[in-house]
Amino acid sequence: MKVDEATVRHIARLARIKVTDEEAKNLETELSAILTWVEQLGEVDTRNVAPLTSVVQMSMKKREDQVSDGDCADDIIANAPEVADHFFVVPKVVE
Amino acid sequence: MSDLTKLTITEARDGLAAKEFSAKELADSHIRAIDAGNEALNAYILPTPEKALAMAEASDQRIARGESGPLEGIPLGIKDLFCTKGVRTTACSQILDDFKPTYESTVTQNIWDAGAVLLGKLNNDEFAMGSSNESSAFGCCVNPWRRNGDETNLVPGGSSGGSASAVAANLCLGAVGTDTGGSIRQPAAFTGIVGLKPTYGRCSRWGIVAFASSLDQAGPLAKTVEDAALLLQVMASHDPKDTTSIDTPVPDYRKGLRNGIKGLKIGIPEEYRVDGMPEDIEDLWRKGIDWMKAAGAEIQEVSLPHTKYALPAYYIVAPAEASSNLARYDGVRYGQRIPGDDLLEMYENSRAEGFGAEVKRRILIGTYVLSAGYYDAYYQKAQKIRTLIKNDFTDAFEKVDLLLTPTTPAPAFGIGEVSGDPVQMYLNDVFTVTVNMAGLPGLSVPAGLSSEGTPLGLQLIAKPLDEETLLQAGYALEEAAGPLPVPENWWNK
Repeated sequence: MKVDEATVRHIARLARIKVTDEEAKNLETELSAILTWVEQLGEVDTRNVAPLTSVVQMSMKKREDQVSDGDCADDIIANAPEVADHFFVVPKVVE
Repeated sequence: MSDLTKLTITEARDGLAAKEFSAKELADSHIRAIDAGNEALNAYILPTPEKALAMAEASDQRIARGESGPLEGIPLGIKDLFCTKGVRTTACSQILDDFKPTYESTVTQNIWDAGAVLLGKLNNDEFAMGSSNESSAFGCCVNPWRRNGDETNLVPGGSSGGSASAVAANLCLGAVGTDTGGSIRQPAAFTGIVGLKPTYGRCSRWGIVAFASSLDQAGPLAKTVEDAALLLQVMASHDPKDTTSIDTPVPDYRKGLRNGIKGLKIGIPEEYRVDGMPEDIEDLWRKGIDWMKAAGAEIQEVSLPHTKYALPAYYIVAPAEASSNLARYDGVRYGQRIPGDDLLEMYENSRAEGFGAEVKRRILIGTYVLSAGYYDAYYQKAQKIRTLIKNDFTDAFEKVDLLLTPTTPAPAFGIGEVSGDPVQMYLNDVFTVTVNMAGLPGLSVPAGLSSEGTPLGLQLIAKPLDEETLLQAGYALEEAAGPLPVPENWWNK
């Protein structure tokens, strides 16, 4: 599977990573190589195979629907690059 | 006093119990070894000597009161993927900047509760994505081993490269790592130490920086199989904070360690004889088979027909899960923020600047295979192949108790020697990745030296949750292989 530069730019946008022209060129080659390499999976007939959802058979535990944590706003914002009181600050999103 | 850094955990426990030395003296010896050797090896990206001494003093007090835990006073290094409360945790990525967790990962909490002492945070590939430690934002870690008559710096393997290098160079008594596709076992093999990846779910993933959640598992790197058993004993637990953590009792891993392997059936998977495998590896594998036979095990050829598809399937599953897990690094809640004209550009700038090349590559592959129209063709297909891989193992384990394979297809390589081609680098994990895909436990035991004079490992694979048999056979393998020579110390200032 070959990806072109436009595709690289499209997925980079989806992944929210800015790429330079040079990076886009390199990624075009690298991603194409990796996607071509994984194409060999097409040889395997998986028509009647269920996808693996869990490696060890067990039923998922559910906890009681009760508040078990919280009241730690200081901890939550402790590492934020920009805060105001107990809020994260981001660039303006609404005009 | 002899050099305390050369002890095993088992010996150090005995020495502490017999009051031959204090936890503080033990920590102090290691702090001095780190001071002398870390500049050349770059194993620790954040040594924490003050914390180590404070924890060791507290240990000495507990020892004096007769309240020793199972790892009381044992100085350990922790891979920088584990969140440690108040101690910078970066996953060796620039994007986490100066992140100081306000909580402690379950595995490390278990270790501190058992009395262990933190020596510092260890180097790894950025977000554990790599097989050489070269993708770390802190620069590559160096293998204490060198080729015969050659001063080229070799990689320690990855992603738990710092953990492996530190254990092999006696900069800690043991270390904690994680293994997503071979990240404990491959570096253990490259540095001549023991590395154990437990069954998926045996150790809690809570508080570990997530890479590929259906594959990630914490495990120990140690000087001996017995030390690995001691560490796993403490690391393993059921944790309500991780829904994939397994709720079964943790057995006593040291109990049957010396029981031998007489009558055990050990399978040799024919598909692991890959084309172009170096003679050294073939020879070592043959030796391993002979050792197991001599110890009374029954050897049987088995077939794991889907082996060759494990690695390409892994390179769909792991990047897909990574692209989702790493979406959280957006410069808003923690980590580095690079300003932009609007919110979108701020995200794009922060992520472009913060992530390294390999991490970006994997996020983009993951985003591509999960994008509209491709989910069935890639992720779903890879998950179906995982079922086939798991079925292969289930069939094999109806005939045998364990499998024996080489850990890696080649010995440690030089820094920069393989970095040009991503696919070539991925092939390092060809023998280890199947184990993660099926969620099984795997153990790498140092078993000999290559013709270049560098270490090689053999891997044992067991049924889910059968770490006991795995360690028991690992112990027998270690006994048969005998002590490996130690690398000559070139790294001290």
